[in-house]
Amino acid sequence: MTRDQLRAQTLEALAGIAPEADLGTLRGNIALRDQLDLDSMDFLNFLVAVHQRTGVEIPEADYGALATLDQLVAYLARKTGAA
Amino acid sequence: MPDFLMPSLGADMDRGTILHWHKQPGDRIERGEIVVLVDTDKAEIEVESWSAGWLDEVLVREGETVPVGAAIARIRTGEAEQPSAAPTPPPPAPVPATRPTLAAPTPKRVAAPAGARIHASPLARRLAADLGLDLATLTGSGPEGAITREDVERTAARPAAAPPATSPPAAVRADKQATMRSAIAAAMERAHREIPQYYLATRVDVSRALAWLTEQNESRPLAERVLPVALFLKAVGKAALEVPEVNGFWRDGAFVPGDGVHVGVIVSLRQGGILAPALHDVPRMSVTALFAEFRALVARARSGKLRSSDVAGGTITVTSLGDQGVETVFGVIMPPQVALVGFGRISEQPFADHGLLGVKPVVEITLSADHRASDGHRGGRFLAAIARLLQDPESL
Repeated sequence: MTRDQLRAQTLEALAGIAPEADLGTLRGNIALRDQLDLDSMDFLNFLVAVHQRTGVEIPEADYGALATLDQLVAYLARKTGAA
Repeated sequence: MPDFLMPSLGADMDRGTILHWHKQPGDRIERGEIVVLVDTDKAEIEVESWSAGWLDEVLVREGETVPVGAAIARIRTGEAEQPSAAPTPPPPAPVPATRPTLAAPTPKRVAAPAGARIHASPLARRLAADLGLDLATLTGSGPEGAITREDVERTAARPAAAPPATSPPAAVRADKQATMRSAIAAAMERAHREIPQYYLATRVDVSRALAWLTEQNESRPLAERVLPVALFLKAVGKAALEVPEVNGFWRDGAFVPGDGVHVGVIVSLRQGGILAPALHDVPRMSVTALFAEFRALVARARSGKLRSSDVAGGTITVTSLGDQGVETVFGVIMPPQVALVGFGRISEQPFADHGLLGVKPVVEITLSADHRASDGHRGGRFLAAIARLLQDPESL
């Protein structure tokens, strides 16, 4: 999976959590929870959906470093060896 | 032949609108089976039958609004046997909905195909109704084929696909929000008017609880990990067994203890507003099972798929606003309940323990309680029990 594909998968996972959100306006460097009003349950469900789409296991200890879309995509790219 | 009544699906509900009959006269109904979809002022709720039998007669048609307690159907109770008489057909054309407080016309309900429940987000459902679109004609792109707002908007944007709206969609959406806010306000006004509330707070070091949870989660796959709120809910449930005066209802001038500890949880909706569905028999559930049930309950609440059993029977309520950065919750009791527990955010704070000052993860827990049912001494015991249980997470 390429980095672009990982980003697309991540956005699709987000759409399932916040279906009313306009993801086209999402900023990659601002915390997702702040932009989309996600609570802990939303964020857990989001990470589960990301895992299901990408196969990447995300330890709980890493949650704190995955606040923004850019951080998450970079993390997934590292884990999968994506270009 | 018992009447099937418009149920009370929360203290803030005084009427309901029939949206869709899942059963028709002559149909068999099993205990726990969904019979009808009802719109309260706050949410669409699928109402289950508490007894088995046959649906003999529908008394209230789709689109009609009746008060809580009104008969909406007749059920012939009994085991699986055919009804002796021919079922009574539904009554003729519906009378106009009687919602005096609605400023804008009630959105026209789009009929679903017989026997089918269309999966759509509440926002998509309302938007489709506003635009006069039949959800059955739309293809969903959301999870499990659910129809999303984008699906509705895409369909509406197609030439000749969208008939003229009967009212401004934004106005109707605003009206629905206003209706929900009115329902919430009515319940809260009643609470402030009728309940002599007292408030207590305590700060609790949750380092042991979090360490235990982290250890538990390390061996779990992502989908089975548990959030700290599960520990809070379980601690409240067990503490309520120790101090039963906070678990129950104030009815007809007397305290009525709960028939178990059923913890109502405040769920905020993405489109605004709150619901308070309940987790039943909380002390009996493991933390893992409790969190799984809580997660499913929140998902049902936010996708508009709550059932009447989800929203009935709460004996005490918990609200957690830590995700919003709130330090302290000054909650309002949900009448006729007699207590509400609030959890703020878990934050690192200086905390002294046995003469040693350290930085600990701390949460502030508050209690709003009804002075008619308990006093500060018992309320304090209740909070102390929650704090003690959170120090010993293995016991939860």
